Amino acid sequence: MSNTQSLFQQKNDLRHRLGRFTNHGDRFWVAALFGSSLLILILVLMIGWEVWALSAPSRHAFGWAFISPWAKAAWNPALDRFNAWPAIYGSLVTSAIALVLAVPFSIAVAIFLAELAPPLLRTPLNYMVEMLAAVPSVIYGLWGIYLFLPKVVHPIGAALQNTLGVIPGLSTFFGGPIPASGISKLAAALILTIMVTPTIAAVTRDVLLAIPRSQREASLALGATQWETIWKVLLPMGLSGILGAVILGFGRAIGETMAVTMVIGNTSGGGYSVLKPGYTMASIIANEFAEAVSDLHSSALIEIALVLFVVTIILNAISRWLVMRVQRKTMGR
Amino acid sequence: MLTQKIEIRNLSVFYKSFRAVNDVTMPVYENKVTAIIGPSGCGKSTLLRSLNRMNDLVPGSHSEGEIILDGENLLDAGVDVVDVRRRVGMVFQRPNPFPMSVYDNIAYGPRLYGVKKKAILDEIVEESLRGAALWDDVKDKLKQSGMALSGGQQQRLCIARAIAIQPEVLLMDEPASALDPIATLRIEELVAQLQERYTIVIVTHNMQEAARVSDYTAFMMMNEQRAGELVEFDETAAIFTTPQDKRTEDYITGRFG
Repeated sequence: MSNTQSLFQQKNDLRHRLGRFTNHGDRFWVAALFGSSLLILILVLMIGWEVWALSAPSRHAFGWAFISPWAKAAWNPALDRFNAWPAIYGSLVTSAIALVLAVPFSIAVAIFLAELAPPLLRTPLNYMVEMLAAVPSVIYGLWGIYLFLPKVVHPIGAALQNTLGVIPGLSTFFGGPIPASGISKLAAALILTIMVTPTIAAVTRDVLLAIPRSQREASLALGATQWETIWKVLLPMGLSGILGAVILGFGRAIGETMAVTMVIGNTSGGGYSVLKPGYTMASIIANEFAEAVSDLHSSALIEIALVLFVVTIILNAISRWLVMRVQRKTMGR
Repeated sequence: MLTQKIEIRNLSVFYKSFRAVNDVTMPVYENKVTAIIGPSGCGKSTLLRSLNRMNDLVPGSHSEGEIILDGENLLDAGVDVVDVRRRVGMVFQRPNPFPMSVYDNIAYGPRLYGVKKKAILDEIVEESLRGAALWDDVKDKLKQSGMALSGGQQQRLCIARAIAIQPEVLLMDEPASALDPIATLRIEELVAQLQERYTIVIVTHNMQEAARVSDYTAFMMMNEQRAGELVEFDETAAIFTTPQDKRTEDYITGRFG
């Protein structure tokens, strides 16, 4: 037997033994990973079941009127009457405003970071975007109360009141006056804008960076400018990922509790105007749960948690579907 | 009648302080296929990418010398890069269709230049696809994604996309190196057809390919400082039968590289 042949055999032998070893490992890992994913599913189901069961008294007492915008009953713990609409409205309107403001801004930041920033500026900027995303929300709240609300939100609110607020149809949403402290749904919306921007910007930046250089070259070689390349190739190609980033930002906005509780004023009596204080679903639970007056009060708060849970799941499902549609369109599947 | 479409004069290309291409002077003749061959790292792609200023995309790159296209130096500070790339098209090593429909891939360039009428775009798309010998393959699936085509079809789609804006010169950077032999053959046949209308410069590390498709061949090699230099430029037949330089002979007979 020649030398190479025996070497070959040894190698085969080794591969055989290694193969058996790694196969055992495979089985173990498959089980571990499957178990972990199963655990996630169980957790979601358990949370859903728990809020469903514990909200039973409230569901039986109020039925669908609990989430109806037209229900007569307001949120009144003293009388044990509960209607969640002001909080649902507060959550939706603050998150919506935050996204409308944050998405274009974040995408602009992401484009700059991924495509245009000179290397010397890119690293510190990247670092700061990530740092902003990691600042604890209570700090945003504190900063908001002492600086952002009186100095920024209040003037903006006053300006909105004097412009949009005087248009007949819009006065419902921009009726003033905004409190001097700045405390309002608008304050919550603007704080949320600042909080979700780094999240959306960072993910969008990574989406853009993940697009192969060959795509940029293809476009530029056809005589496209850098702007045309970004606008006509990179953004359409990254659309599904950018949508994912927006979902992430939305999740953060609608679930944000601490900062919102600190700046929104915590009242169910603010009406539809964004210049007035209000509640969100997350902030009403945080604010009232520890001091719930009655069992029905606790149960109503838990039902709000249920609503929040369902709204989040529905919006996530819609966005997943959107992402899938976009992907199918671009990838030709 | 032989006219010089491009004249490369004393071209050196640097990446920061590293000299990647050193003092290359050679012609590119109109409606001929010029092949650039040489071992890996000899600067042939860098030279090619200078011809439509794609090297500008590499941070820290700069060039010395002149690249004269129809009397105009492409390296002049005042030259509009976008215009250069419109006149000098490029096909890359790996097929890089956009994740859009076949139709939109081809229409991308014309739309950049303001063509909006559907009838005109339809015509350009069909003409370009025919020009790239792809029309019969895809005429029924123009709405399908370009990414869904086979590798060889994708590369022909990229060629169609490049000729849709009717460049004067077509640069090809190892266009068949990522393809199987049959797809390679079709690309080579296509190059022969395209030659009637375009001036083509093709980089390849496959000498047989250069011999098959090109009229002229430039052979490049690294010098001691690892800068790419032009060793020999001649008619392809001459390069492969009676090379003047010993190094060319060694390379084409397979003694190295």
